[in-house]
Order: sequence, then C-alpha cells, then structure tokens
Amino acid sequence: MKIVIIDYGAGNIQSIQFAIKRLGFEAILSNNPIEIQQADKVIFPGVGEASSAMKMLIESGLDKIIPTLKQPVLGICLGMQLMCKHSEEGNTNGLGIFDVNVVKFSNAVKVPQMGWNTIFNLKSKLFENIKENEFMYLVHSFYVPNTDLAIANTNYEVEYASALQKDNFYGVQFHPEKSGKWGEKILENFLNL
Amino acid sequence: MLTKRIIPCLDIKNGRTVKGVNFVNLIDAGNPVELAKKYSETGADELVFLDISATEERRSTLINLVREVAETINIPFTVGGGINSVEDVEILLKNGADKVSINSSAVKNPDLINKLAQKFGSQCIVVAIDAKRIDGIWKVHLVGGKQATDINLFDWVVEVANRGAGEILFTSMENDGTKDGFANEALNIISKLVNIPIIASGGAGNKQDFADAFSIGNADAALAASVFHFGEIEIPELKQFLKKQNIKVRI
Repeated sequence: MKIVIIDYGAGNIQSIQFAIKRLGFEAILSNNPIEIQQADKVIFPGVGEASSAMKMLIESGLDKIIPTLKQPVLGICLGMQLMCKHSEEGNTNGLGIFDVNVVKFSNAVKVPQMGWNTIFNLKSKLFENIKENEFMYLVHSFYVPNTDLAIANTNYEVEYASALQKDNFYGVQFHPEKSGKWGEKILENFLNL
Repeated sequence: MLTKRIIPCLDIKNGRTVKGVNFVNLIDAGNPVELAKKYSETGADELVFLDISATEERRSTLINLVREVAETINIPFTVGGGINSVEDVEILLKNGADKVSINSSAVKNPDLINKLAQKFGSQCIVVAIDAKRIDGIWKVHLVGGKQATDINLFDWVVEVANRGAGEILFTSMENDGTKDGFANEALNIISKLVNIPIIASGGAGNKQDFADAFSIGNADAALAASVFHFGEIEIPELKQFLKKQNIKVRI
C-alpha cells in the first residue's frame, strides 16, 4: 500500500509518519502532485495558521489537486479545516470539499481547547471498533459547527463536528497520531478503507 | 467535556533521566524512552521533558532523544530547557516534539514569544514561569528559581498570554519539593487573568493535592515528578480518585 502524507511545510508531520510506522506501514512525505495522485491513501496534515497554510497550498498548486483526488483522503486538524469552504482564521477560503465554514470559539471557554475530550455520534467505517465517548487529543481554537457531514461530535462550548466525511474525503479535528491506542486504531481503520 | 490533564515531568541530563526513579518491572529506569512509554501506557495525558544538561553535546543528544520518544509514544509531549531561539524550536518540532516550553529566554527576550507564536502557532508554545513571594508579592524567578527578578508574576502572566503563549506552566518555588500541595490561591488568580490553559506545578504530595489544584486552583492540568517516579502515586488510582470527586478525567 502506498501512503502519502502531503508535505507542504505545515508543522509537525513527523508524528503522523511515526504513528503509521507503529502500525506496520511506511508513509512517504511528498508535495509532488503525481506521487499524491498515485497513492492508495493520502493524509493531509496541518498545524499552524489557516491563511498562511492556504497560501502554501496555492503556491504549490496542491489546492487544485487535492479536491480531485479519488482515493481515501484524511485531513487532520488544520488539514480538515482547510478542506472546508472558508475559515475565520485569517479570513481565508479553503478547498471547499466540505460545504461548511470554520469559526472561532468564543471567550466563554479557554482558547485553544487543549487536551482530551470525547467523540460521540460516531457514524463512519473510520470509527469501526471505536466506542462512543472515546477520548481523543485535541488542540484547536477554531471549529466546524455541527453539520449533516459530521461523522463525530465533540462538546466544547457547543456541540460541534469533530469529524467530517463526504465521499472519499474524511476529516478529523483531533490528532489520531497523538490519541493513544484508540487514535492509532482510527488511523488503522483509515488505512483499511 | 474536556478533561483535566495529568502530566509527569522527566528531568533529563545528557540523555538520561535524573532524580531517582523507582519503577518496578522497568529494565532501565534511567532510560527516558522506557519511562515515557510506561507513563503513556498507564494513563498519563501528556509528558514534559525538561533538559538540564549543560554540556556541549546537549543539543544533539536532546534532538536524538526527542526523535526516539516521538517514534515510540502515542501521546503528546513538551520539551523544555535551554531553548533560546526560533532555530532551537524548529529543530525540536521537526523531530517530533508537540510543544516546546520556554522560560528564562522569554523573560530576557519577550519578543521571542511573539516570534515563536507567529511562526509555529500558539498551540505549541508553552511559557514556563517560576515564581515565589518576596515581601508578600509574587515575583518571577530565573535559573530554576535561583535568581529573583522585579517582574510581578500576574503582570507577566497577562503579558505572555497577550504575546501569544498557548499555555502557561506555573511553578511555585514555595511549594516545589514540599509535598504540601500546589499554590492554589495564585493558580486561581492566574486562571482568571488569562483565557489560555494553565498547568500547575510544584508541591504535589498526595492525591487530594491534585484534586485541589483543579477544584480550588482552577488549573487545567497538573504536573509532578517525584510522586510519580517513586510510585507514591499511581496515575490510574489518581484518576479514579479524581473521578469520584466529579473531576473530569480521561480513564
């Protein structure tokens, strides 16, 4: 199986590569459109700020490639947010794969949300053998409000969408690579899709 | 609900864990990677590695360790100790650290906080603050608490948050090592002053101390070293204890 982690200069992607290695697979880092198109599974990571990450995607032409991919694609954290239509972070348009907008938590809660919270209303094969209310590790200041595309919810200030799916595109707000054995199980489920 | 975090802290010198560590069934308790694995498997929510080496080779030794830890464990970890520049942070994050913690370098050069937050995002920048009271007023201290400054703790807390810190690790030098509990009064003030997560450090002696740090001090996370290393408190039992007091924890 050929697994590609899209490398466009966004943050700590080493951890995802290590997690995949722990599952017994090798993932390569690439920003080469052909290599990405030929992969069996594509992981779209992202740590950092939305508008500057989006700029990097546009500069590399990946903004045109990613929405056309046909194989399973998993966006993680900012990666998931960039797959949405628009983000309040840096007031930027995203890739528009998920027809939803990304908004900021209010000051009624501590921002960023940092730590372990539960996921529930689990709906996808991505969560096979994951029990309702399992804990996942999250670090984020912006979120996707609940939507029909949600395949998992989390509660922080509001009940929001902590995972999304549309066709072959999946997104998770949490970090499966940092969420203990159940996080690794979700990554494994993705690789088995 | 977001849960309160329990964070063991490992002091590292020349790539080895220091302070006596008393784990049964651990082949090499001085090996930080083995210890980290043990903690991650027994319910720690995060780990902090504090590098206290002072040798020429410290940088490369630390980078190798960070890489090995990142390869091995599947929970987040923070690295601190002697971080002075954007380059220092970049290489640690590139090798798999999730967050970095800066302390004295932030006091000497507060702009470093802004630079790091802009380049890497606030979420990975922890500002560690050591403080104790002088004539009744909380003052920031440097060099592991040895050197007093004129900076008021609460002013500094607000400033680091405004400059883009994603989290504050507050160590009360008065409580550290006493096992008499965390500095809950100061913690409570800090958590009301800023809207970012606060990690309590210094003073953990028993399970109730952790409960108090969360319910009285309003901390988001609590860090300790010796009570975990010596097996005085086991994390699974601690979490059951907290749960019984209706404190949200990950079990």
